[in-house]
Amino acid sequence: MLEIKNLHVDLEEEEKSILKGVTLTVEAGSVHAIMGPNGSGKSTLSYVLSGRDGYVVTQGSATLGGVDLLELEPEERAAAGLFLAFQYPVEIPGVGNMTFMRTAINAQRKARGESEISAADFLKLVRQKARTLQIDAEMLKRPVNVGFSGGEKKRNEILQMAMLEPKMCILDETDSGLDVDAMKLVADGVNALRDEGRGFLVITHYQRLLDHIRPDVVHIMADGRIVKSGGPELALEVEQNGYADILTEEA
Amino acid sequence: MALAQAKQTLTEDRLAAVTLPGGAVWSRAAREAALGRVHAMGLPERRDEYWKFTRPDSLVQAVASPAALFDNSDEPEMFGGVERLKIVFVDGVFDATASDDLALEGIRIERLAEVDRSDIHWARDLYGVLETRGQTPVPRPLAALNTATATDGVLIHVTGRASKPINLIYNHKSETSDAMLHHVIRLDAGTDITILENGPAAARFNKVIEVDIADDAAFHHVCTQGRDHERRAATHLFARLGARSAFKSFTMTANGVMTRNECVIELTGDDAIAHVAGAAMGDGDFHQDDTVFITHDAERCESRQVFKKVLRNGATGVFQGKILVKPGAQKTDGYQISQALLLDGDSQFLAKPELEIYADDVACSHGSTSGAIDEDALYYLRARGIPKAIATDLLTLSFLAEAVEEIENEGLRDEITDRLRGWLERRRD
Repeated sequence: MLEIKNLHVDLEEEEKSILKGVTLTVEAGSVHAIMGPNGSGKSTLSYVLSGRDGYVVTQGSATLGGVDLLELEPEERAAAGLFLAFQYPVEIPGVGNMTFMRTAINAQRKARGESEISAADFLKLVRQKARTLQIDAEMLKRPVNVGFSGGEKKRNEILQMAMLEPKMCILDETDSGLDVDAMKLVADGVNALRDEGRGFLVITHYQRLLDHIRPDVVHIMADGRIVKSGGPELALEVEQNGYADILTEEA
Repeated sequence: MALAQAKQTLTEDRLAAVTLPGGAVWSRAAREAALGRVHAMGLPERRDEYWKFTRPDSLVQAVASPAALFDNSDEPEMFGGVERLKIVFVDGVFDATASDDLALEGIRIERLAEVDRSDIHWARDLYGVLETRGQTPVPRPLAALNTATATDGVLIHVTGRASKPINLIYNHKSETSDAMLHHVIRLDAGTDITILENGPAAARFNKVIEVDIADDAAFHHVCTQGRDHERRAATHLFARLGARSAFKSFTMTANGVMTRNECVIELTGDDAIAHVAGAAMGDGDFHQDDTVFITHDAERCESRQVFKKVLRNGATGVFQGKILVKPGAQKTDGYQISQALLLDGDSQFLAKPELEIYADDVACSHGSTSGAIDEDALYYLRARGIPKAIATDLLTLSFLAEAVEEIENEGLRDEITDRLRGWLERRRD
């Protein structure tokens, strides 16, 4: 599904390498988690994959289902099936949440040569998906993320993910700023989307989220590289001993 | 104070070409007094502080510069979806055929060109009166010139609750037309009216509206100035508000080589509310100026100024907004925001926000910004699959929303939003 090979990335504005050869494959139907200390390049990886400005790929490749992601505009990557749940979802006053989601769905459909979703079908779908995430009608009507609490913003990200039905989902520290109940709700939303055709890459600092979203593979990232990969037990090891042991052992 | 020589020459030369329309004694007196005011204050020139950001030459010169006609048939009729009473002017001349019957329950509508022949009329106490009050402390000579020489307009006396809005439609059919209209609107206590205006009116348009709002009355106003690129306009909206009354005005300016919209509001009764808002969109040869002066002269009044401008390809936006709080106008709540979204590096926004406060228990805030599209928001939308051009339009509408939301009526708000969206869509890269 997602294949990243020897990816090297610099900042555009200054001479600084952030990713120094990341290699990672996420198979369809699997959940991979990336953990790592602050500044290790986890979020940068998610930005580079989704096409944010400000980064230069100097080496390596990233493909989704064989399609070269790095050649595509951000909207083309989304239409190809990539979804990034933002760590800090952006507030957009004056644009209704529903308008935003419907515009996004129809833009993706158009890009894939599919017909637009009707207003009635959209409404039905969004209400149904919103209910399971405990997002009320009021929240759907409000401008995108404006006045949403931290938890509401993250739930809104998962709602967008559920509506857009991407092939590959990247969750960038979706657990940050969430209380236990909100985390459970978000995790349930993610788990409901797990299926054979879909891959997940969950970026997190804490093992806690992984109690709810059970990963198949856990990677530890440090200084722009994946330094260790293993099963779910690796996350527990981090939780108990911190990163220091692993980093020393790998150095 | 004597005028500077250059200003005096400019003024006398321009006024030499002026003949006052005939009329009844009261209207002749008002017009002659107005002409006297223009002589005394002189016409605006570049060096005037109040015209620092906008060149008045093309608005002052004796003959209007020609303006090519604009075909707007690609959009449905403005306010077409609204049940309304239509009053149509073509190049400043009343069009009886295109207009509806000027009769509506709760309202009396007459034409200036007709009633100014009768000796006794309520308009005698208002025509040019609010304009005169609005000349201090800042002179507005183009408004006085209008009072002196306006050829027509409507006089609307609101005595009840109007069942539908009145739509003043200004069509432009001659490339060389120079139109001057003067409307007077009087709302009796507890009444309510919505005035809609649309159209470019002429190659050059000088318009004055005087609105006297009695206690507990409500005045709603939505104006769009057509899409003609070459037209020029100088408009003045003077309003006086009684106790607990409301004034809500929104203007959309899309295109137009020269626009100066002045709004002068006096809050004279306690607990009144005045909101004035505007959305302007310019691409290329575009100069649009909103000049607002709000005087708080009563207690517990609220005023809001919300102006947003979208500028590209060298377009210029201007905002001069003042809140004057007089001694004794305690508990005044004044708010002013003016913002420009610059879609490229060539466009400019010039703003002069002013507060002058002589009462000690008031809350006044003001802000002015100019900036580009928010890159983070753009990336967020694109990451959801929305192409850059559509995402940019969405964010532009988002930027304008605060001004559009000042329109209370949802149908009118949607109609304006559709126009703004249409303007953006036609300019997609």
